[in-house]
Amino acid sequence: MSCSILHPGLLTTIQDGGRRGYQQAGVVVSGPLDALALRVGNLLVGNPTSAAGLEITLLGPKIRFESDHLLAVTGADLSATLNGEPLPLHRAVAVTRGCELAFGPPRAGCRAYLAVSGGLAVPMVLGSQATYLRAGIGGLEGRALRAGDRVPATGPTPAGRRVHQQLLSRQLGRAWAAASWFPDPQLTPAPTASPTVRAVWGPEYGQFTPESQAAFWRAEFTVTPQSDRMGYRLAGPPLRRHTDLEILSSAVTFGTVQVPAAGSPIVLLADHQTTGGYPRLAQVITADFGKLAQVPPGGHLHFQEVSLAEAHYWYLHQEKTLLHLQRGLALLSSR
Amino acid sequence: MDHLPQSNPATPPVQLYPLGDAALVLQFDDVISEATHRHIQAVARLFDQHPFPGLVEYVPAFTTLTVYYDPWVISQAGRHDPYQSAVAAVQHLLGQVQAAAPEAVTELVEIPVCYGGSFGPDLGTVAQHTGLTPSEVIALHTTPEYVVYMIGFAPGFPYLGGMPEHLATPRKTEPRPLVPAGSVGIAGRQTGVYSLPTPGGWQLIGRTPRRLFTPEATPPSLLRAGQRLRFVAISEEEFQCQQHEL
Repeated sequence: MSCSILHPGLLTTIQDGGRRGYQQAGVVVSGPLDALALRVGNLLVGNPTSAAGLEITLLGPKIRFESDHLLAVTGADLSATLNGEPLPLHRAVAVTRGCELAFGPPRAGCRAYLAVSGGLAVPMVLGSQATYLRAGIGGLEGRALRAGDRVPATGPTPAGRRVHQQLLSRQLGRAWAAASWFPDPQLTPAPTASPTVRAVWGPEYGQFTPESQAAFWRAEFTVTPQSDRMGYRLAGPPLRRHTDLEILSSAVTFGTVQVPAAGSPIVLLADHQTTGGYPRLAQVITADFGKLAQVPPGGHLHFQEVSLAEAHYWYLHQEKTLLHLQRGLALLSSR
Repeated sequence: MDHLPQSNPATPPVQLYPLGDAALVLQFDDVISEATHRHIQAVARLFDQHPFPGLVEYVPAFTTLTVYYDPWVISQAGRHDPYQSAVAAVQHLLGQVQAAAPEAVTELVEIPVCYGGSFGPDLGTVAQHTGLTPSEVIALHTTPEYVVYMIGFAPGFPYLGGMPEHLATPRKTEPRPLVPAGSVGIAGRQTGVYSLPTPGGWQLIGRTPRRLFTPEATPPSLLRAGQRLRFVAISEEEFQCQQHEL
């Protein structure tokens, strides 16, 4: 069970639910930037939500499947095709050996995910298969995929195998077939060009001047090209503190908006360092990490202030909706 | 909440505040001190011994311990408020800690360092800035027992306390594009060891053959918060030998 990378795309890495438990050793969590998209993809192919798949950035790879697979492509619309025909997003798709998955120009968003039933068979490093490029660990040899790589797959889960058979038995003679069912659209929001991302106050919010606080919630920010899986550097109005109180390094996390002295904020993402010494102005809510992940370099975003209770409401709402999808799919694949 | 933790009256009360919707910060003090550090270590040990459902992990720092929780698990699938549930679980544990209790004997880790030469290209700069000779810089740097306050910035990178103030030297004005792993440096009043090859602006005074981060090892980081550390000067021959042994 494997697939061959004919062309690697701009930045294609193996990611799973992330590396938890080693932040006290300075090891970052990593994992997908749009975790919701990979989790939905995994459920569609009968995997645990944290299984390893591919994170595909802006310009996608070309991949040949060397055996039959059940897969799903979720997240950004990067003009995915199978054997040259348009591939529907957010669907379970049964492919046969020799099928080629390719991508074209980005249409909406910038990070797509390929989930494969059974997950990928790369080694666990510190309990995770996620690629952390800076330390060169996880994934395939700790690096982004290259042309000529063979990515080993574990082989479909029992549920994935049943769905694969169901789909292809209805489409005799075809090389691939997509399911007609799809998840609750709440779980697969179409990436918007200039999203509003909800955030709560960060621990040092009160150290910023009232003008800077207001500007942060009002202004449009641009994601600069100096952005990567570690974080987005944003351009917008300069944000200032009313104090020069020293900040002692403390934990930072996915979604932390920190502001260096020059005044331009940085939003940290999955490969964020474990601790930082810049003031933390705000914290993007977990339910909106996907929206954040889909803003391309040069794209824009706004921040909207919400309470911690609202953040938790939307967190729990997302988990419940995922649970409904999981239960629905269990019924489907047991038929 | 009818039961608030009674910590040792000698220590200020622990402040709790959120870091987003999945983490809770325990702030023990506003300034760095060994007493605060020991208090944080004592609480961290309690988390190790009595992890509560929904505890994901924790990150100790100079004056804080940040606790990551899973809002779904800790709220019992949304039946309770996640933040209040996390606060209650943490306060329950804080109530059990013997604040500033004398630490069980802490481990002393020796880090061999080859000072100067191509391994420590900024030893001369530090000597010049501090008005010492290079040998005096080495003697002073190898004297104290340092405290590993926290690991952060990069995998295995230690923030150390205890450098003699006389050695304080500002960072380089232009960072180097690539600092080799194992480089020992000084930045302001801090000293540390680069755990991975990265760009960096610290004044490099030497290099250790020990690996500070080994992803295949358990634990992956040679150092952890709470340990004590001493630098030991070695020759270039010893450096080469020790590197081959690793």
